[in-house]
Amino acid sequence: MSRLRPSHQNKREFRFKEWMDGSVDPYLGNLEMKPQQLTEETKEQFDERIQDYVRLNAELYDTEKNKGVRMFRILYRISSVIWIALLIGVMLLTVSHLPPNGDPDNPVNNEVSKRYIEQGLQETGAVNIVTGMILDYRAFDTFGESNVLFIATVTVLILLRKNQKMHNEKDMKEDQDDEKYEPQSDTILKTVAKVLVPVIFVFGLYVILNGHLGPGGGFSGGAIMGAGLILYCITFGFEKTERFFTEKTYKWISFTALSVYCLSKAYSFYTGANGLHSHIPLGTPGAILSSGLIFVLNICVGMVVTITMYTFYAMFRKGDF
Amino acid sequence: MDIINYILLGILLICAISVSFSKNLLNSIIIYMAFSLIMSIIWTILESPDLAITEAAVGAGVTSLLFFVTLKRIRAVKGDEENE
Repeated sequence: MSRLRPSHQNKREFRFKEWMDGSVDPYLGNLEMKPQQLTEETKEQFDERIQDYVRLNAELYDTEKNKGVRMFRILYRISSVIWIALLIGVMLLTVSHLPPNGDPDNPVNNEVSKRYIEQGLQETGAVNIVTGMILDYRAFDTFGESNVLFIATVTVLILLRKNQKMHNEKDMKEDQDDEKYEPQSDTILKTVAKVLVPVIFVFGLYVILNGHLGPGGGFSGGAIMGAGLILYCITFGFEKTERFFTEKTYKWISFTALSVYCLSKAYSFYTGANGLHSHIPLGTPGAILSSGLIFVLNICVGMVVTITMYTFYAMFRKGDF
Repeated sequence: MDIINYILLGILLICAISVSFSKNLLNSIIIYMAFSLIMSIIWTILESPDLAITEAAVGAGVTSLLFFVTLKRIRAVKGDEENE
């Protein structure tokens, strides 16, 4: 082919230029890739391969002939014992360096806890010091926890929510048969639930609203109310709960509670960081409407926890609200 | 008071060991509920009622319920098969 070309095209510079431009592939015709062909195994080859495999397996773990394997096994046992002894030693050494229990000079007893105990009532207005710490001094942590709960619900929704289009008929029928049992025809359960559910709800509300006065708070009260809601759902079925709790309810309650929490805490962080006077009255400690923002924040956390618990149950049970 | 504490801690240990050794998953969950309830009593004795309320509501109530529902979903409860 090159002989037919004009003489200047045969020069080395011109070929180099062509190669650089990529207009000519020098390997074309000289070196070509062939597509890989499927290898077909005959019966004999297959038998041979299987025999090799079996022999290899048998001989490799035959500890009497293969000394390397035997050595490895012995070493493995010895080194595992040594490692465990070492780890136990490190753990015991660390524990022995821990400060003694109940010593007043422990690093736990520093100015932080002193301030919480001595000035907590004055600064937060909450009689219950624990709630004062959780929702005032460390409100940012609690905000993160509420968001973690929200994210957990979103994950459960993604994983367990039923896709109506993908569902085949057999599964659908099975689920319907299963859901039919949900309003339990159990007399004991129904009678007990009729008495217990209102009591549980009132107790949960009491724990939420009294979070700054007595033991409890948003999270525990919300968990109690969520458990009550689940009991109601088990006894009377999803038809009754759908009257007041749907996807929309979940969306709006979680959105409202989390944004109220965020905005009110943003206000108090802003005023606190800039040394401004906060306009939220702390009230008289001990009264139900006191301790400023803590009362509101407790209700927010309680609502988020309640609907989260119920949504978990609904997703696990039915795959829908 | 010490005696009650020791009895409760002993029951805790028994519960914790029997959860892992029980072959029926339904029994394991019920033992786990008992564990949570005893734990909440211990929290009350240790003077932290906040934790006791949360432990009773979450540990004994909601978590075990979710376990039950999961067992039903994966068809691991034996009573169901007999009914069918």
